[in-house]
Amino acid sequence: MLPRFLTILSFGDFWSSVGATLAAWGLGLGIALVAAVVLGIVIGLSPFLRRATYSTTEFLRPIPSVTLIPLAVLLFGPKIESSLMLIIYASFWQIFIQVLYGVADVDQVAMQTGRSYGMGKWQRVRHVVFPTMMPYLLTGLRLAASVALILAITAQLLIGTAGLGLAISKAQSGGQYETMYALILATGLLGVVINLGARFLERRLLSWHESVRGEIAA
Amino acid sequence: MKKTLAGLGFALGLPIILVSIWWVSTVNSPNFFVPTPPELVKTFIEVWIGPALWEDVLPSVLRFLAGSAIAIVLGILLGVIVGLNRTLRDLTEPVFEFFRALPPPVLIPVLLLLFGLSNWTQIMMIVIGAIWPVLLNTIEGVRAADSVQSDTSRSYGIQGFDRVRYQILPSASPQIFTGIRQALPIGLMLMIISELFAATEGLGFQVNQFQRRFAIPEMWSGILVLGLLSILVAVLFRFVERRVLRWYHRLKDLENAA
Repeated sequence: MLPRFLTILSFGDFWSSVGATLAAWGLGLGIALVAAVVLGIVIGLSPFLRRATYSTTEFLRPIPSVTLIPLAVLLFGPKIESSLMLIIYASFWQIFIQVLYGVADVDQVAMQTGRSYGMGKWQRVRHVVFPTMMPYLLTGLRLAASVALILAITAQLLIGTAGLGLAISKAQSGGQYETMYALILATGLLGVVINLGARFLERRLLSWHESVRGEIAA
Repeated sequence: MKKTLAGLGFALGLPIILVSIWWVSTVNSPNFFVPTPPELVKTFIEVWIGPALWEDVLPSVLRFLAGSAIAIVLGILLGVIVGLNRTLRDLTEPVFEFFRALPPPVLIPVLLLLFGLSNWTQIMMIVIGAIWPVLLNTIEGVRAADSVQSDTSRSYGIQGFDRVRYQILPSASPQIFTGIRQALPIGLMLMIISELFAATEGLGFQVNQFQRRFAIPEMWSGILVLGLLSILVAVLFRFVERRVLRWYHRLKDLENAA
């Protein structure tokens, strides 16, 4: 299987599958990130909205994204929109919940200090809320990154949108088992790279934060 | 009284608004893809209250329960063994990291190839996907056991099974529960995927059939059943976690209060 793995690395098809997988992954994760951060801050900062949305959030959050597969097939068929729908639904909740926790953790004294120093709403969000929220946001992003990959692959396996998952199911139905195992290995390695990348990003962006500073000093 | 009313208002307000929007928009301009709320409720009762409950829902739920139970027991068992042994830990770490990063659905074609389609293949898929969070969190929890406690057990001559039962497992249990909390949604996901992929009965299979026959309200009612099932699992887990880890949450509260 290893030689097979090295051979497929030289195929254009393989790299376009990887590209398609990463495109769906990145696009879905990006949209979920923006939506979750904006909604999370708006809802998190208002006690009224937080209470009013709680029951709906707790109801929708546990629903697995894969239940939407039949709907996605019906609405979009084997197109990237199907993958995006599943990826966005799954990663949105991961990030959104963390942003809510982060905003809830904001120091009220710091907020009031900002207000009495004449900081506007946007400035307070930028300089007080954002730094507090960052560690939570990055945890959410790390979880969402691996969930998004799982759903990208699942959509390709089940719905047949272009990417590594589709290549795997094609190899399996075509009886090319070595290729199938090689592709699975490649998928796992992609997952490892995404995990390591997310952890690296976390350490990089939080280099100022106590949790990371402490780790380096120790 | 006023307080409970306000709480009820907050809990029901948004859902009522959302359902009203759905209702008004589907009644005024019928959409092929979206049934009206009464239609959905009617279909839900017709399709799922009756023989479908034990012909499709029950097998799915049993497979999910069996798979998750095996994943949890095996994960804790292996986790304790690996967590207590440094060499084993160093040896297995890269392998575990790889399998944790591997999206579990890619293993479905492999399992189908090796074992064909059966209840056991589907249960095995759930086990293979759901075991990693439990295993890795157990290892982490066992490794982080308080060294004073470990030394105390040693000097009292508590070792072997007794040490695992009375010192290691309780001190690792908050971490183990974190792992189980992450594992259950994965198990549910794999239950659904394995039935969408290849099955002859079960919830996912039925929903897929409805979609292929363009039976839209039936399909939505199936999605609703899957959603309700997931919510039920989440609620039950929270209940069990609160009971088992009551000592831990109280300890945390005390620490926070101090």
